[in-house]
Amino acid sequence: MNENNASKKTLSLALLILGAVLLVAALWMDISKTYLVINMGSAKLALRGLFLVLGALLCLAGLYYIPTVLHHRAIINFLFLFPLLFTFAVTVIIPMFVGIFYSFTDWNGVSYTRMVGFENYGAMFKDPAFIWSLLLTVLFVIVNMVLVNLVAFLLALLCTTKLKGVGFFRAAYFLPNLIGGIVLGYIWQFIFSNVLTTILNSPHSALASTKTAFMAIIVVYVWQYAGYIMLIYINGLATVPKDVLEAAQIDGADAMKTLFQIKIPMIAATFTICTFLTLTSAFKQFDVNLALTNGVGTVRGFMGQRLSNGTQMIALNIYNTAFARDQFGYAQAKAILFFIILACVSLIQVRISNKREVEM
Amino acid sequence: MKMKTSRMVVLMAVAILLAAYILFPFALVVLNSFKTQSAIVSNPISAAGASFKQFVSNASSVINNKNFVFWHAFGSSALVTIISLVLLAVFGGMAAWVICRNKTKWSVVIYMVFISSMIIPFQVVMLPLIATFREVGKFVGLGMNGTLPGLIFAYCGFGGAMTVFILTGFIKGIPYELEEAAAIDGCSPEGTFFRIIFPLLKPTIVTVTILNGMWIWNDYLLPSILLGQNNPNKTLPVAVQAFVGSFVKSWDMILTAALLAMIPMIVIFLIAQKHIMDGMVQGAIK
Repeated sequence: MNENNASKKTLSLALLILGAVLLVAALWMDISKTYLVINMGSAKLALRGLFLVLGALLCLAGLYYIPTVLHHRAIINFLFLFPLLFTFAVTVIIPMFVGIFYSFTDWNGVSYTRMVGFENYGAMFKDPAFIWSLLLTVLFVIVNMVLVNLVAFLLALLCTTKLKGVGFFRAAYFLPNLIGGIVLGYIWQFIFSNVLTTILNSPHSALASTKTAFMAIIVVYVWQYAGYIMLIYINGLATVPKDVLEAAQIDGADAMKTLFQIKIPMIAATFTICTFLTLTSAFKQFDVNLALTNGVGTVRGFMGQRLSNGTQMIALNIYNTAFARDQFGYAQAKAILFFIILACVSLIQVRISNKREVEM
Repeated sequence: MKMKTSRMVVLMAVAILLAAYILFPFALVVLNSFKTQSAIVSNPISAAGASFKQFVSNASSVINNKNFVFWHAFGSSALVTIISLVLLAVFGGMAAWVICRNKTKWSVVIYMVFISSMIIPFQVVMLPLIATFREVGKFVGLGMNGTLPGLIFAYCGFGGAMTVFILTGFIKGIPYELEEAAAIDGCSPEGTFFRIIFPLLKPTIVTVTILNGMWIWNDYLLPSILLGQNNPNKTLPVAVQAFVGSFVKSWDMILTAALLAMIPMIVIFLIAQKHIMDGMVQGAIK
């Protein structure tokens, strides 16, 4: 045991020292701007990056081999948490705070020249195109929350009857949810602009006018999302105890009464989950919006301006502000406002639903 | 619960009509992939002019298109999805176990940060993410923007919160006595996790993998901004977008591309249908 410990100690020390040397070397290269590059055919490998990654890995390995009984658990805890926390910090936490800072600058995606205070936030509310996107998104969210839940619940009721081939119908209704919004958007673009015009024998595509194009997005979204929400309702309906339903039947309740007075109140929690899911996902809708209409649509006279982004939802508006118009700081400020709205709305929704559930 | 036959017939008819409505876009895609552009435009709902030869010709021009490079995009998507899923399962399990089994101030804080980050919409971190990746990449000397490892790294970061959330819920239900017994038998903490806890997590890992897999495979926004439309290693959704952009209204090409992009997901769904539908529900109600 002792010998084992001694060899472990040497191994651990060697790994730690080697790792530290590599890290310091990488750091030195960074400061002194020495860029050693290995040419491997067409690919170039920067030695500094290799040193840094290898050094970090060796340090972690050395840490693992430290011969201690007392602190071993703590070391393992650290090593186990490290990978996920590190990626999480670099992709979510740091960008989040950097983003809040950038929203107060005239950032162009690469650098900024000055702090602008609340200028970006002020400009938003004088920007008719943005206000339109915001209002459109709110309308979209409300309509979808109602429609998706209604359709999904009816589908769930249909799929919990003793119909033959229920399994097939469930899978069929769920199928659109498997496919990404980009592909679906283009398929439906084809349907609206070619198939429906042929069937209805009309020269105008539904996507040509702003109003019908907006309805088209809703149709596609309900079509895509209802099957998923249906599955959650089916799961909820399955939790209603059989004996309660039997008791209701014996007491002479008809199907309607059973539905409204027993089933719906008993799956209140499921309604909460489904409203939350439809609410947040409709708010963030991007892919279908991009592929189906790309936000195009004419609006005559909104806040005294003629708009060309009639079907542009907020997520697409933020995207275009940054990548089409290069106003990264402004787009970031819009994104922060979007986050605040989304957080408030979902908190309120959860509050209201929780209260309801208790009352029921 | 006996139902009248007439009502059953009506219900059946409704169910079939709904299924027809929901499936007809897919049918149209398949039908029109077998036709030429002029046949599609003249009548998109008739089977006139559809031939298998035409499908082969459509498919080969889609696959060989330099904006689409189907097999390459398919490979990139598969690689990114599989590696991200494996890393998320292992790292997520490890982190969730530590968070769950250590009742310290820190583990609670980390857990709360993970949970509250789930409400952050991607748009908020989208722009600074590119800047952060550029700076980190510059400092480390490894390209993070425009590379597949960078994309996998980002998926581990974004998928981490939900993975930990679902797995922690499950680990809480595993009796602690199991771990104590292992410790008494001389098992190290890391051994306890990999030999005892991780195998027990299997059903939940399946759920998490399905949820993350559907998201990563279909995700457009993250790869499109990290890799860019012209990247040779772009993933399938980005390739579809880049391809369609270069073929305005060439429906024969667009629909064939859509069909090719849909096939892998539908095949997987047909194989693991029950697992996928259960996984989606379990993920939502947790």
